[in-house]
Amino acid sequence: MAKARLIGDRTSKVMVQAMERRSTDVRGLVFQITLLVTLLISLFVLAVLIVDVVMDGWGILTGRPGGFLSGTMRSLSDDPKLGVHQALVGTFWIAVFVAVLAFPIGIGAAIWLEEYAPKNRIARFIELNIRNLAGVPSIVFGLLGLFLFVKHLEGVTGGKSIASAGITLAILVLPIVIITAQEAIRAVPQGLKEGAYGVGATKWTMIRSQVLPYAAPGILTGTLLSMSRGIGEAAPLLLVGAVSGRLGSNPGFLDLSAINAKAFMAMPVIIVEWVQNSGRDPGFAEAAAAAIVVLLVFVILMNAAAIFLRNHFEKKRG
Amino acid sequence: MEQAEPEASPRLGLDLDRTVQAAAPDAVADAVFEVEDLSVYYGDFRAVQDASFTVYKHEITAMIGPSGCGKTTVLRCFNRMNDLIPTARVEGRLDFQSVPIYDSRVDPVEVRRRIGMVFQKPNPFPKSIYDNIAFGPRVTGMAKKKSELDDIVERSLGRSALWDEVKDRMKDSALGLSGGQQQRLCIARAIAVDPDVLLMDEPCSALDPIATARIEDLMQEIKDDYTIVIVTHNMQQAARISNRTAFFTAQLDSTTDQRCGLLVEYDRTETIFSNPSDERTENYVTGRFG
Repeated sequence: MAKARLIGDRTSKVMVQAMERRSTDVRGLVFQITLLVTLLISLFVLAVLIVDVVMDGWGILTGRPGGFLSGTMRSLSDDPKLGVHQALVGTFWIAVFVAVLAFPIGIGAAIWLEEYAPKNRIARFIELNIRNLAGVPSIVFGLLGLFLFVKHLEGVTGGKSIASAGITLAILVLPIVIITAQEAIRAVPQGLKEGAYGVGATKWTMIRSQVLPYAAPGILTGTLLSMSRGIGEAAPLLLVGAVSGRLGSNPGFLDLSAINAKAFMAMPVIIVEWVQNSGRDPGFAEAAAAAIVVLLVFVILMNAAAIFLRNHFEKKRG
Repeated sequence: MEQAEPEASPRLGLDLDRTVQAAAPDAVADAVFEVEDLSVYYGDFRAVQDASFTVYKHEITAMIGPSGCGKTTVLRCFNRMNDLIPTARVEGRLDFQSVPIYDSRVDPVEVRRRIGMVFQKPNPFPKSIYDNIAFGPRVTGMAKKKSELDDIVERSLGRSALWDEVKDRMKDSALGLSGGQQQRLCIARAIAVDPDVLLMDEPCSALDPIATARIEDLMQEIKDDYTIVIVTHNMQQAARISNRTAFFTAQLDSTTDQRCGLLVEYDRTETIFSNPSDERTENYVTGRFG
């Protein structure tokens, strides 16, 4: 009995020693710290950017926020009617165009590619090209817009108009919409599809009742994020003719005649414009910073909507 | 149970019902599936070679064999589920109630409605318990009215011995059920569209012994109304529940250096387990191989 306990004690002592010998995992620790540093760098750069912009625009944003939102483009920065209203209207309608054109076309193309396309060389070639298109510089899409929508389809779009800009940006984000929707559709478990087929569902019923509800949150997040990217683009808009200089008219948000009016403005372009003006009139730098904050808020609101809708659909998905 | 789909047979192009109508009550050994020289290919790879056997009505037919022997592949031919794999190709004869189901005139959707399937991993839809069962009757247009649908749902859940456990939470998500309940839900979902055959692909491999026993009891209860074909890795299960057993094995093809599924022996289950005629079957069922 005593002997047994002795052995037991010795064994447990060895065990305790072995488990206490905790050598520091240096490489693991270094790796972890490196990762943390990379995260902090990204956050730091972002924070500096935002703080700098908000500080620069602080005067306008706190001084006359309403006037800035409802004001128009002016030639002098100390004009009390200086504001971003025309640009906000332009960006709003461009976003509508992207949503109406790019989302259904992109999601439809994604469904076809994932569920209907034969898995052959042609399909792979098409997919590869969509991926490449997503990486094409936006200025190239601007050129396309200039030639196709501004020049050749002037009768439809009204030339250098919101319509031309909206269609151009819709095409710009189309590849991203297709790719993200494809990813979401691909993530639908095979078991759900087979389950639906197994009780006599047709392909169309299966897609409508299983694939789309399951993929909806992912599709939604992807498409709205791609829209955020689209409405921040300045380069293609400069080509399809967002005016620089004074814009005479100031249409309301729901004034549909503005869509193919001959002149328009958009948030990214007004920022470029005002930054350029700040050379001769330093006050425009402040206005540009304030406009950046307005655009940021616009994008954040859209992303918030994306998150809200995603959560809604995820809850419905169960 | 009434057949509430008048347009079904014209859509199929061939008369799937004719053997059912012709079946006399005393005809105990009706053939449901007649398989002859069935070979299945995935691209250039031959997964199953020249399988021939017959599945009889109101029996449980088990398919056993080591992994990669093609038993699941054969099972998925019975309701054309292999069509979902783009490279899959089927050769040979596979008649369901004397209709060649791989005939180009046959609609695979109608085949799957008549030949239900229960999968290895329980795959309830991320919907309510009610909607899971109602899905099939809805998409196949079986039930026109809400009361008819309610009846089908209750009857199906009753048959799969799940009704008492879930009747108070029909609106809850099916994903909240336990694994065994989910699998019985999937069986209920399959029988809700009133199929003739139930295909079961290792339906108990993800379940504990108690849930497995419930499913096995359930199969015994419903086999008078359905014909069941089950793939199982569990030889005791095959011996316990099945009337006939098909033993498959994977054989190395020396010319292509690929393994290909082969039907070694098909007979009454007692014969397969007590007096098999092939040495490979004997080695497998006695546990000397596989």
